[in-house]
Amino acid sequence: MPVRMRTALVPFATLPLADCAGRQSALDPQGLQSNQILQTLFIFLIVAAVIWTAVVVVLCIGLLRRKRHADQPLALHQGFERTSGYVVFGLGLVTLIIVLGLSIVSYAGQRTVFAKDEHALTLKIIGHQWWWEIRYEDDSPHQSFVTANEIRIPTGQPVKVELESADVIHSFWVPSLTGKMDLITGQKNELQFTAKNPGVYRGQCAEFCGLQHAHMAFAVLALPPDEYGRWRDHENQSATSPTDTLGKQGEQLFRARGCALCHTIRGTLAGGQLGPDLTHFGSRTTIAAGTLPMSSATLGAWIADPQHIKPGSNMPKMPLQSGELIAIIHYLEQLK
Amino acid sequence: MSMMAEQRELRDDALNGLQLSTHMESIWRTPSGFSGALMSVDHKVVGRRYIVTAFAFLLLGGLLAVLMRVQLAKPESTFLSADKYNQIFTMHGSTMMFLFAVPVMEAFAVYLVPLMVGTRNIAFPRLNAFSYWMFLFGGCFLWISFALNVGPDVGWFAYVPLSSLQYTPTKRPDVWAQMITFTEVAALAVSVEIVVTVFKQRAPGMTLDRIPLFVWAMLVTSFLVMFAMPSIMVASTSMILDRLVNTRFYDSSSGGHPLLWQHLFWFFGHPEVYIIFIPGTGMVSAILATFARRPVVGYPVVILSLIATGFLSFGLWVHHMFVTGLPQLGAGLFTASSMLIAVPSGLQIFCWLATLWDGRPVYRTPLLFVIGFIVIFVMGGLSGVMVASVPIDTQVHDTYFVVAHFHYVLIGGAVFPLIGAVYYWFPKITGRMLSERLGRWNFWLAFVGFNVAFFPMHILGLIGMPRRVYTYTADMDWAHLNLLSSGGALIFALSFALLLANVIHSLRNGALAGDNPWNASTLEWATSSPPPPQNFDRIPVVKHRDPLWFDNESLPVVAGLSAERREVLLTSLAEAEPQIREASPEPSIWPLLTAIATTVFFIGSIFTPWAVLWGTPPMAVALIGWFWPAGHKEDEE
Repeated sequence: MPVRMRTALVPFATLPLADCAGRQSALDPQGLQSNQILQTLFIFLIVAAVIWTAVVVVLCIGLLRRKRHADQPLALHQGFERTSGYVVFGLGLVTLIIVLGLSIVSYAGQRTVFAKDEHALTLKIIGHQWWWEIRYEDDSPHQSFVTANEIRIPTGQPVKVELESADVIHSFWVPSLTGKMDLITGQKNELQFTAKNPGVYRGQCAEFCGLQHAHMAFAVLALPPDEYGRWRDHENQSATSPTDTLGKQGEQLFRARGCALCHTIRGTLAGGQLGPDLTHFGSRTTIAAGTLPMSSATLGAWIADPQHIKPGSNMPKMPLQSGELIAIIHYLEQLK
Repeated sequence: MSMMAEQRELRDDALNGLQLSTHMESIWRTPSGFSGALMSVDHKVVGRRYIVTAFAFLLLGGLLAVLMRVQLAKPESTFLSADKYNQIFTMHGSTMMFLFAVPVMEAFAVYLVPLMVGTRNIAFPRLNAFSYWMFLFGGCFLWISFALNVGPDVGWFAYVPLSSLQYTPTKRPDVWAQMITFTEVAALAVSVEIVVTVFKQRAPGMTLDRIPLFVWAMLVTSFLVMFAMPSIMVASTSMILDRLVNTRFYDSSSGGHPLLWQHLFWFFGHPEVYIIFIPGTGMVSAILATFARRPVVGYPVVILSLIATGFLSFGLWVHHMFVTGLPQLGAGLFTASSMLIAVPSGLQIFCWLATLWDGRPVYRTPLLFVIGFIVIFVMGGLSGVMVASVPIDTQVHDTYFVVAHFHYVLIGGAVFPLIGAVYYWFPKITGRMLSERLGRWNFWLAFVGFNVAFFPMHILGLIGMPRRVYTYTADMDWAHLNLLSSGGALIFALSFALLLANVIHSLRNGALAGDNPWNASTLEWATSSPPPPQNFDRIPVVKHRDPLWFDNESLPVVAGLSAERREVLLTSLAEAEPQIREASPEPSIWPLLTAIATTVFFIGSIFTPWAVLWGTPPMAVALIGWFWPAGHKEDEE
């Protein structure tokens, strides 16, 4: 197991932040909760390994040891029958004690993992087929904004995510930070976690949610608190208008070619509610809910034919000429 | 009346030897020809069909597993589309759970229980035939739908609202839900038969503490089926109602709730695991006693463990729902109740280890599979203790760790004993031995292939791979383990090909088995291989838990059953004292006709609610035909 952990870490250590998919491993805990869970897991693992080894050793000795010679299967040795009765009973008792002990260990871990902090930073996450709507809500409305598929949080501060679903059941899971919690239609769930270190932590939907369940990922970017504050202030602002011709053309095409029917870009006339909010799209690390890394090439491929990359996705293929596509890509990329 | 009383009917005490055998055979045999085959109510004929059909579904389900492993062998594979993959994993789970694992265990019980308790046919033989037809039609319905691209694609658990009309506006979830109804009807019928056979048809002297452990296991399983299956029938039927006539059981916007589905499904779904596993333990106990050359240590402990497992299995369904936002203390209690089942399971393991410790093991293929079972199942049980913990489960739930866990439990706990059981009982069923040399290859390929296929999945789950994804990207670092797992799956699949080859080869060329090739102790080995239609010329009398070891020279029998018509002996529940002679039904076409009418009704009712109306009269006609008085002397008196 430790070997796997090391190999899992190597690629992330060598790549720049924006290029990597992010860590996604319960064996690589970067949050207080995932760390606690891993400790509980190790206790269980050790107990399990000891018991399994003991059973296999007893089995082997039992098979290989020298046996009495008697051809009549019912000629049993009374001493053995009695002793084995006591031994079986005793081992049953030991099993009971072990499972009760493990239940207590488990419950202690559970209390820590699900401990609540009243002052946690609160986000609302709404699951959609097959992307994540992320709402940063604040007491003052002008501090509230919406984004998608990428969550930025400050390190060292408890974060509370309120989980809801817009359609079917999804499950929010960032294994490097904490365990999962379902997003259930008609129910509000919540989950708290704290990232210890800055980094990119990949998450993925863990409850089967239909055709493209496999392509419903997201990233959690844990930032130092001051950097987080700057990001939040910037993210809260409306999109900047493009200054160059190509950008302006892209903005116009974004509306003319129907993109704006589904997508919102704050500060423009694009106000669709069905798809992800694209206000600061250019600053995100992935597209199509973690399906592709962000680059001009992948973005072009995605917009040109979403159904090729994510068959069944709710984003239709729009008839675009190559010049129009380039303009839209250029416009979206400068939405930093 | 007076005439008949004077003319005393022929009883089996008036005949002897070969004359008795041929006479009884003529009464009990299945009529020849195609129509005779359709009318058969012989538990051995039905049981054999059940076993062969269930194994056919195992091969189909296994083929799907191979396709999935090919798809996942490398990242971003385009071997299967998302739509195909989703259908395939749904079909794999549904086939394995509903069309293979549960039916195959019941199939073995249908074949073996009447022989093991020393009676001539199962209780309610026509219901038994009906049960098989329902199972066959339900299974074909699912697979034909799949072939027509209407295979279910919402998982074998079909969570709402994904499976609701709004999010899956095709007929696919209806096919799934109605397939459940078919198999549940079949399973409930068999359970009733097993319970009544065990309670009322045991050979005289087979008191409760002399019942073979396999029969005990099937008795407990049958009760589990009767209490668990109604839950899924309610669930699947209300789902069809939601989809067909717009009821709102699971619609949260109208006061229903998606979690109701999960509670109903898992209240069935968890006992389901034990419905599969407990028969496996029965097979282990049977094989172990024979090949360790001594009775299983702690007979009462094993029985009490089976019963305790049965009860506990109804108190832990919530561990499938730990991440749905339940109250924390409640979830914690279900951790404890889930882990508690390790106690009865552990007790059984300790008894088996003690049996091997004291016994003089004969290393034939069935015993190899039992040893493999212990090694694999204990690991699955222990990973089960891990997933029972709420904090651990929040990480591993719906990941490949859980996939690894339940394959260790189900393949280790049920399929390994089952393959052992095939090698063990094949001689009884066919009269020929399976090849021992191929058997050893079969075992080692299965053991190595299984572990190579499924052990890496534990690690895959922990390093973040969720279940039910049709592909993954190269940068996720899951490729090597997936490739390894796929390689193991191919080896594992090969082991089943070998089993099939062995069966086909041995059916013709296997060594003749004789009555009791393993020198085993239970009553099914007291008759010829394969058993004659009447099972036993005379009903045996049981004086010991291991009758053939105790009375190894000649088994005492009772006489006095009718030799003119089909009759079984009913005995008292606890002490198995003879009570009355009871007529046993003749072959009949009505179970098949009833099953056909029911099939039309079931399939029609996923398309229109009116099918409930016009589907009923044919069923009524068939049932009237079924229950039309046959004019037995017994009925007239």
